[in-house]
Amino acid sequence: MDLYGLVGFNILVGIGTIALITVGLGVIYGMMKIINLAHGEFMMLGAYATYVANTHGINIWIAMLIIAPIFVGLVGLVVERCLIRFLYGRMIDTMLATWGLSLGLIGLMTSIFGNDPRGVPTPVGSFSIGHYAASLYGFVIVVVAILALAGFYAMLSLTRYGLIVRATMQNPNMAAALGVAPPTIYMATFALGAALAGLAGGVLAPISGVSPVMGAAFIAKAFITVLGGGAAIVTGTSLASGLFGFIDTFVSFKSTPVIGEVALLLAAVVMIRILPQGITGRFLRRSL
Amino acid sequence: MLNVTDLRSGYGRIPILAGINLSVKDGEFVGILGHNGMGKSTLLRTLMGYLPMTGGDIAFDGKSLKGLSPTARARMGIGYVPQGREIFSSLSVYENLRMGCLLAKQAEKPTIDSILADFPRLERLLERPGGALSGGEQQLLALARCLCGGPKFILLDEPTEGIQPSIIEEMIDTLQKIGREKGLTILLVEQNLNFITSLSERVLILQKGLIIREVPPHVAKDRAMMEEFVGMV
Ligand SMILES: Nc1ncnc2c1ncn2[C@@H]1O[C@H](COP(=O)(O)OP(=O)(O)OP(=O)(O)O)[C@@H](O)[C@H]1O
Ligand SMILES: [Mg+2]
Repeated sequence: MDLYGLVGFNILVGIGTIALITVGLGVIYGMMKIINLAHGEFMMLGAYATYVANTHGINIWIAMLIIAPIFVGLVGLVVERCLIRFLYGRMIDTMLATWGLSLGLIGLMTSIFGNDPRGVPTPVGSFSIGHYAASLYGFVIVVVAILALAGFYAMLSLTRYGLIVRATMQNPNMAAALGVAPPTIYMATFALGAALAGLAGGVLAPISGVSPVMGAAFIAKAFITVLGGGAAIVTGTSLASGLFGFIDTFVSFKSTPVIGEVALLLAAVVMIRILPQGITGRFLRRSL
Repeated sequence: MLNVTDLRSGYGRIPILAGINLSVKDGEFVGILGHNGMGKSTLLRTLMGYLPMTGGDIAFDGKSLKGLSPTARARMGIGYVPQGREIFSSLSVYENLRMGCLLAKQAEKPTIDSILADFPRLERLLERPGGALSGGEQQLLALARCLCGGPKFILLDEPTEGIQPSIIEEMIDTLQKIGREKGLTILLVEQNLNFITSLSERVLILQKGLIIREVPPHVAKDRAMMEEFVGMV
């Protein structure tokens, strides 16, 4: 019984982790149809921001929940202004540009901080599920993932900015005729996606460690989940994270983490074959 | 209000407008008549700034629009109802109207309420997604959405396309009423003779990217003479 409890908890944490690493990529891809191959490196920057802030004596929660997203959001703003905005509508070019950016960021961070991984302390302890000990930090991940998705959903559905964003993503030319400046909306959306990546990097830093190449571990999963989720960012990310997080964690538990990832990949391939537009390309199409 | 001189534009290197001259005075309703593919939509898209002008100039309220984005033109008070209506299909009717209010001088709620009084058909559709309306309802919504922003000058691209006669009559009535109330200026492109003669004070004829002539005023007011005249062109 205790074991089931532990497995259930781990599955929940696995789902939360995937949702967290995906949401930033999902915002940028879902709203702007830009594949940001520097997403993993944005997370890496969030992790370093957390690390640096923490080593300068700033409270770890503030470092990961506030400083990391703000810092990476600003980086995203600069990247959009200097690079991305010249490439709208050119998917391959944006992929190349963001890939180049990811290499550049890895190089930059390696030259500043070196190759050796840094650690960020885990701010909470563990609790017991029967005979087993589980890290309370798992709860933090799940809660942050839920808050990120719910906050984004509320922003889209309840605020005027959200309305403008939805309209602009659907028909930028018509939105412009009503007084919206689409370039400004794209800029803000890209920065928001980057900030969410920074948040994910900051929150996962205590678990994954901090190193210049850490982003590579996340980008594939995030990418698969975005494609699996389909057009509706919040619903799609939630459902696809639920599915993939469950498969990954469950199979990892039954065998090894490597086989877990293989199972996740297989599931994704099968799903893209059956639902080429992702889950929300077929079901719940009107959701956000 | 609008002064267009020797306006040229096109798609890429294909020229479509070959030197358009026209002017619209404050409060005037001007119609442009032209068959399919004569460049009506191209003209409006160029006026709105979606297509760059390759020659000539557009002056609005005395200021040149050269190089201004559609956003800037909208903010100067130009409203645009495109051909095909371009409703935000996944937004509700109410949300479409809210988008129309971005440039409104008043608060959102009273603006929408006053527009709905002129478009009673939309009242019971407010919660429906825009994509789930009929063509006629979408056209009314596109018009209402444009009016929400309180533009002083409206570009209307074939509002009657694929619309049943009863709704066309309704649109004529509404535009006449609102036009008078708000002192609107309208540039309308059309193929529907009934609509264009009912609304326009002047009618110009567009052919192959040129305004080839103006319909004499006494003809423009009369449907039968208009038909004869157009047959002649
Ligand atoms: N996106 C485009 N790229 C290239 N050529 C175009 C494009 N859109 C229209 N054209 C061409 O420009 C010409 C004028 O088109 P336009 O849409 O202005 O005609 P129109 O008068 O509005 O016709 P309709 O009554 O069918 O709407 C046509 O010959 C058309 O083929
Ligand atoms: Mg047309």
